[in-house]
Amino acid sequence: MTRTLSAPVTVAFDYTRSTGPVLGRFLTGLRDGVVVGGRTSEGKVVVPPLEFDPVTHEATTDFVEVAPTGTVTSWTWVPEPVKDQPFDRPFAFALVLLDGADVPILHALDVSSPDEVSTGMRVQARWAAERIGAITDLVFEPLSASGPTGVEAIGDNPVSGVIVPVSLDYLYAASPEESAFYRGLNEGRIVGQRCPTCQKVYVPPRSACPSDGTPTAEEVEVSQTGTITTFCIVNVPFLGQKITPPYVSAYVLLDGADIAILHLILGVEAAEVRMGMRVKAVWKPETEWTYSLENIDHFEPTGDPDADYETYRNHL
Amino acid sequence: MAKQPAAVVGVGQTHHRAKRLDVSMAGLCREAIDRALEDAGMTLDEIDAIVVGKAPDLFEGVMMPELFLAEALGAAGKPLLRVHTAGSVGGSTAIVASSLVQAGVHKKVLTVAYEKQSESNAMWALSVPLPFNMPVHAGAGGYFAPHVRSYIRRSEAPTHVGAIVAAKDRNNALKNPYAHLHNEGTTVESVLASQMLWDPIRYDETCPSSDGACALVIVDEDTAKASPNPAWIHGTVMRSEATTAAERDQVNPQASRDAAAALWKQAGITSPIDEIDCAEIYVPFSWFEPMWLESLGFAEENGGGWRLTESGGTAMDGVLPVNCSGGVLSSNPIGASGMLRFGEAALQVRGAAGEHQVDGARKALGHAYGGGSQFFAMWVVGAEKPSN
Repeated sequence: MTRTLSAPVTVAFDYTRSTGPVLGRFLTGLRDGVVVGGRTSEGKVVVPPLEFDPVTHEATTDFVEVAPTGTVTSWTWVPEPVKDQPFDRPFAFALVLLDGADVPILHALDVSSPDEVSTGMRVQARWAAERIGAITDLVFEPLSASGPTGVEAIGDNPVSGVIVPVSLDYLYAASPEESAFYRGLNEGRIVGQRCPTCQKVYVPPRSACPSDGTPTAEEVEVSQTGTITTFCIVNVPFLGQKITPPYVSAYVLLDGADIAILHLILGVEAAEVRMGMRVKAVWKPETEWTYSLENIDHFEPTGDPDADYETYRNHL
Repeated sequence: MAKQPAAVVGVGQTHHRAKRLDVSMAGLCREAIDRALEDAGMTLDEIDAIVVGKAPDLFEGVMMPELFLAEALGAAGKPLLRVHTAGSVGGSTAIVASSLVQAGVHKKVLTVAYEKQSESNAMWALSVPLPFNMPVHAGAGGYFAPHVRSYIRRSEAPTHVGAIVAAKDRNNALKNPYAHLHNEGTTVESVLASQMLWDPIRYDETCPSSDGACALVIVDEDTAKASPNPAWIHGTVMRSEATTAAERDQVNPQASRDAAAALWKQAGITSPIDEIDCAEIYVPFSWFEPMWLESLGFAEENGGGWRLTESGGTAMDGVLPVNCSGGVLSSNPIGASGMLRFGEAALQVRGAAGEHQVDGARKALGHAYGGGSQFFAMWVVGAEKPSN
C-alpha cells in the first residue's frame, strides 16, 4: 500500500474574453477570410494588431489588410502534439512574415516532416471551413501553384468575444497524515493528530501545526459526536454545486478535537439549527465507504441539551 | 536611510459595471490608467515602474497578467511587478508600489488592479470540490456567513445592523458616478426584505460581481510638489495568517489586529476614531463593517462596532463616515476592490471625491482584506506631509 492517497481532479471552465475593438477587428477578419494587421505610429504593420501603440501608447486605430501569403522566418518542429494543439499529427510552429506585414505571426504550419519546412519557404493561409472569429480559423501550408483559396465573408456583426475553454487535469495528492485520516474514515473512525508543542488536536491532521510549525505524529481518535460552533444556511444554487440547496453547512467541533470540521447538517429543519447544538456523525452504509469525509453522510442532532457557549466560544 | 515621503497624485477608475463587454482586460486597465495619469498630469513615458494586481488566477483563468498586459500597461523597457494576495490584492499592490517610492528606488510609480468578473465565475472558482472532502463549500458568502453569525452571537448584535450598513452604502453609491450599483430607494426595510442567500447574509447585504479597474500614480516628494493636492502616505501595513488553526479568531483575526496596531503607530495616531476623518473599509458583506470597526480599533470589541454603525456614526454625516463611495457593497471588481478603497481614501484627503466628499477630510484610512480573512493591507493617507 502506498503511503499517500491520490485522486485525479479536473478543473474546467469555459472562460469568455471580451476582445475589445482591436483584437475584435483581427478576429472579425479571420472569420471573414482576411488577415488584418495594425499600423503602429512608426509605420510598422503588426499582425495581430497591437491593442496599444508601443511608442505613443494610444489605442491602435489604423488597420491594414495583409496578404494571406508569406515567408517563414523561423520554425520549430512538434513531433508529438498534445491535446488541443492545432493538429493531432506532427506539425511545425512557424513565424510567418505575411506579405505586407513588418512583424511575423506565430502559427501552425501543416507539413508532415521537418524536411518539408525551412526558413525562407513560402507559405499560404488555409482557412477553416467553419470560421467563428478565432485564431483557429486559420493555419498555414506550403504555398501552392494556384495560391491560397479565398473564402466568403460569413457575417456582418463584428466579433466582440471569444470562448476560451480551460481544463486542468491534475493528481490531487493527500499528505501522509491526511491519508491516515482518510484511511481511518474507511474504517469508520475519525483520526486526528496532536501537536506535541501546543497539545492541540487537529482533525484532519495537518502534518505540521499551523500555529507553531511543529511536525505532528501522535494519532488521536476523536469522538463522532460534537458541537456546532457556527453555521450557514446555503440557499444559493451555483455552478458545480453538489448538494441541492437549502442545506446547512456547519462547523462541527468533535469532542476531543481542537478545530472544527465543515460538514452537512440534516435530520433537523434548517431553521432549527443552533450554535451549540450537539450533533453526531451519520455514516453511509459501510458498502459505500471509501477514503473520504463523504463516508459521513451528514451530522444530525443527538437530542442532548446544547453545549454551553463557553465550551466553544474560543472556536469562533 | 529613512523612509522617503511618498504621495498619491493621480487616481483613476473605470465606471464599474456587471459586464464591460466592449473592452478587453488591457482596455479596461488602460481606462483606469489614462484617468490616473490625466489626474496626475503625466504621461506613461514619465513613469519609472509599474505594479499590477488582480484576483486569484482561477477567477479569470489568467495566470500571468504581467506577461500579456506588459505592452498595454506601457511597461516595455520598465520594471513590471505583479502582486498576489487574494481579495486584498488591490491594497497590497498599492503598498508595493508605494514602497518602491518610499525606498528611494523609483520616483514615479504607476499601479493598477483590475478584474473582469463577467469573464468567469468567482462562486465556481471558490467552490471547486476536492477529492476525499465534503463538498459543502459555497463561495465567499458560504465561507464568511458562519463567521458573521459568530460575530452576531459574540457581540449580541441586533440582527438588522447588517441592513443598516447595506442601505447606507447603497445610498452613498448614488453619489458616486463610478459605482456599479445605483439602486435608488434602498432602505433598511428593503434590505431586510431581500432574499436570504447564505443565512444570516441577505441578497442586498452582498457585494455585486463587477468588471472594473483602478489605478494610482504614486510619486516622491519632489514630484509631488507639482501636484495641487497630493495625498501623503502616512503609513502602510500588510499582515497574513494561517487560514485554519485551532482557536483562530475568525471574527477578529490576530493579523488584522496586529496590522491595525502597527498602522496607527506608524501614522502617529493614538485615537483612530478621533483622528481619522473617513474610512474606506473592505466590506463585501454588510456585517463586516461593524466587525472591522472593532478589529481596527475604531470601536470596542464585542459590540462597539455595531453600536457605532447603529447610531449612524458611519454615515456620511457621522463621526466616522465609512465607505462614502458606496464601498465594495456597491462595486466589486475583486482584483481592484482593495485599490479602490485605497484610491477613494486618497480622493477624500485631496478634496477630490466629488459628491461623496467628506467636508474637510484630512486623514483617511484605506483597507482591504482577502482569503479566509487572512491577508490584510491598510494605509493611512493625509492632506499634510507626514512629520515622522
